[in-house]
Amino acid sequence: MRHIISILIENESGALSRVAGLFSARGFNIESLSVAVTEDPSLSRMTIVTRGSDQVIEQITKQLNKLIDVVKLIDLFDAAHIERELMMVKIRTSDDTREEIKRLSDIFRGRIIDVAQGSYVIEITGNSAKLDAFIANVNDDSIIEVVRSGTTGISRGEKGLQL
Amino acid sequence: MELSGAEIVVRSLKDEGVEYLFGYPGGAVLHLYDAILRQDDVKHILVRHEQGATHAADGYARSTGKPGVVIVTSGPGATNAVTGIATAYYDSIPMVVISGQVPSALIGSDAFQEVDMIGITRPCVKHNFLVTDPRQIAETIKKAFMVATTGRPGPVVVDIPKDMTDPNIKVPYHYPEQVSMRSYNPVVKGHKGQIKKAVDLMLQAKRPMLYSGGGVVLGEASEELTEFVRLLGYPITNTLMGLGAYPATDPQFVGMLGMHGTYEANLGMHDCDVLVAIGARFDDRITGKLSEFCPFAKVIHIDIDPASIAKNVPVDIPIVGEVREVLADMIEMINASLIRTDAEALAQWWVQIEKWRSVNCLNYDRDSKLIKPQYVIEQLHEVTGGDAFITSDVGQHQMWAAQYYKFTKPRRWINSGGLGTMGFGLPAAIGVKLAHPDADVACITGEASIQMCIQELATAKQFNTGIKIINLNNRYMGMVRQWQEFTYEGRYAHSYVEALPDFVKLVEAYGHVGMQVTKPEDVRPALEEAFAMRDRLVFLDIITDQTENVFPMIEAGKAHHDMKLSPVTPIDGASS
Repeated sequence: MRHIISILIENESGALSRVAGLFSARGFNIESLSVAVTEDPSLSRMTIVTRGSDQVIEQITKQLNKLIDVVKLIDLFDAAHIERELMMVKIRTSDDTREEIKRLSDIFRGRIIDVAQGSYVIEITGNSAKLDAFIANVNDDSIIEVVRSGTTGISRGEKGLQL
Repeated sequence: MELSGAEIVVRSLKDEGVEYLFGYPGGAVLHLYDAILRQDDVKHILVRHEQGATHAADGYARSTGKPGVVIVTSGPGATNAVTGIATAYYDSIPMVVISGQVPSALIGSDAFQEVDMIGITRPCVKHNFLVTDPRQIAETIKKAFMVATTGRPGPVVVDIPKDMTDPNIKVPYHYPEQVSMRSYNPVVKGHKGQIKKAVDLMLQAKRPMLYSGGGVVLGEASEELTEFVRLLGYPITNTLMGLGAYPATDPQFVGMLGMHGTYEANLGMHDCDVLVAIGARFDDRITGKLSEFCPFAKVIHIDIDPASIAKNVPVDIPIVGEVREVLADMIEMINASLIRTDAEALAQWWVQIEKWRSVNCLNYDRDSKLIKPQYVIEQLHEVTGGDAFITSDVGQHQMWAAQYYKFTKPRRWINSGGLGTMGFGLPAAIGVKLAHPDADVACITGEASIQMCIQELATAKQFNTGIKIINLNNRYMGMVRQWQEFTYEGRYAHSYVEALPDFVKLVEAYGHVGMQVTKPEDVRPALEEAFAMRDRLVFLDIITDQTENVFPMIEAGKAHHDMKLSPVTPIDGASS
């Protein structure tokens, strides 16, 4: 099962490597990891997408909670939540393909944020499956590069992950 | 009060109540050593290798319950300490290690004697800190001691760049009485509802088994455990780390369990219907084959560390809390409960256990012309009245010590259980003896293990620690040889210890007393002579039977009812 684990962690040098080291040392899987500072500069928010049986996910959350730098943690999959990922794709264009790529971008509610002689950069946000679907619909040969932020997520409703 | 960073480190240790500091000087800690020299409150024990410092501090910690404290320099000093830090980590031993670091401005430049100590130790410490401001030192040290000693204990590293201890930079000093960390709040009391459920389940058991581990020793819960076990009348087994928490001489004790556990303990585990795990972590050496572990049992697990629960074995009733608190609550509830234990079922269960016990699985050839290692341990037990602090290295001798020295008190059995570190025994014994100068302290070792930290004989001389070293010398890395005999058709790949030194001459060169023993009848007199020399380190080089193996044995990956028994025990094979 895929899970999204959201963590509040001390914003200190080394905190990220404690989390990354835990995953590699114990053989846990990381599909994506994103981290940035929160409105409180002493805390970072980290989102980890991982896969595993219930037993493995239980161990992951327990081991993460055991890290001294981890202040709070939730598994977003336990309740209703929203997940988003940002992707920027640089696509090779020609007079023949420009229109079609623009149309595809519109269908996916993407935005063209850079236009050059032979390329577009398209920005798309959504859940990971949507971004995968966009990539699947673009001719492989025309993709110059793909940058994805990794998934971030937030729970629905009034409750939040806070101190 | 204004002090330099170096003075603050030493003063903080004093204010923390630290008695001994085990260490070795070097460039990055010179300021610190200068401050150590200018005071008498914290006594420095100079070791001969940083691994020895960590093991000595570890022995001190295990035998007292107080944290062991170490100081090492940067680079090789720090890396040499890593084995000892990992040893403490795997057995949850409280330890604070102060490591020197190159000056802040040089960090990351591949400076002389620079290693990323924070990075290297991350997987084998409970936590580590890098000091970036001399004003932080006192609070960081306080936090280090708090983290090391509370919850599930463990080692903590404080890495201090040399410029933080500059004698010319003075900052205000205040050692906090208490510190808090918003992300660190270990649970103390167990959940009452869970405890109630557990008590109800265990009182209805027909074939109960209590299984306790190192957590009972670390959590000072031996008295509560003993009361709990006697109140229930159930059989109890201890893990290697838990020995001594329940008196091994008591009839309710069925011996150690696991790979080299007794016949009755392992079969009791296999057949039980309710298993109560107390401060134990279901290590692979305990469980054997996981899919056949306690196949009929409902499992109750009490542990301070939630991550230990349901890690390897599914648990029916988990209880997170300090074992002492939880056991005290359980005793109260059992006394108040209307449910009584099932006396009839229990009597039948004991009949079965006694039948297994009658196999006498720890028997060995007592008429041998060669010295049997088991005999040496039994004699040691008698000569010391069963009341010595016993440290060990790792291998066959460690298992024999665990099986034949019937520990009756906690903190008397000091060995590297989780990491299995050869070289642990001698420095650990030095730490124990410093903490308990009037007690008998013996290191049970083998000719291979002892050579891994033998340089600490000089430390023992300098600080006059009258420990006794019982060297069970079979000229083999015995446990390696045993596995090679059983699983590699006797192909003894590099397990024969060639070119052994003359241990008697060697220890004499260090200024100690050495004796060699070659005949069974000389074992007892030699031990008596050694322990009569109270203030001297005596090394007994005991030439034992080379072919002796540790039994019973559950080979790796096999289940509890699949034990290999000694050829001298009356039934062969196993199973009930």
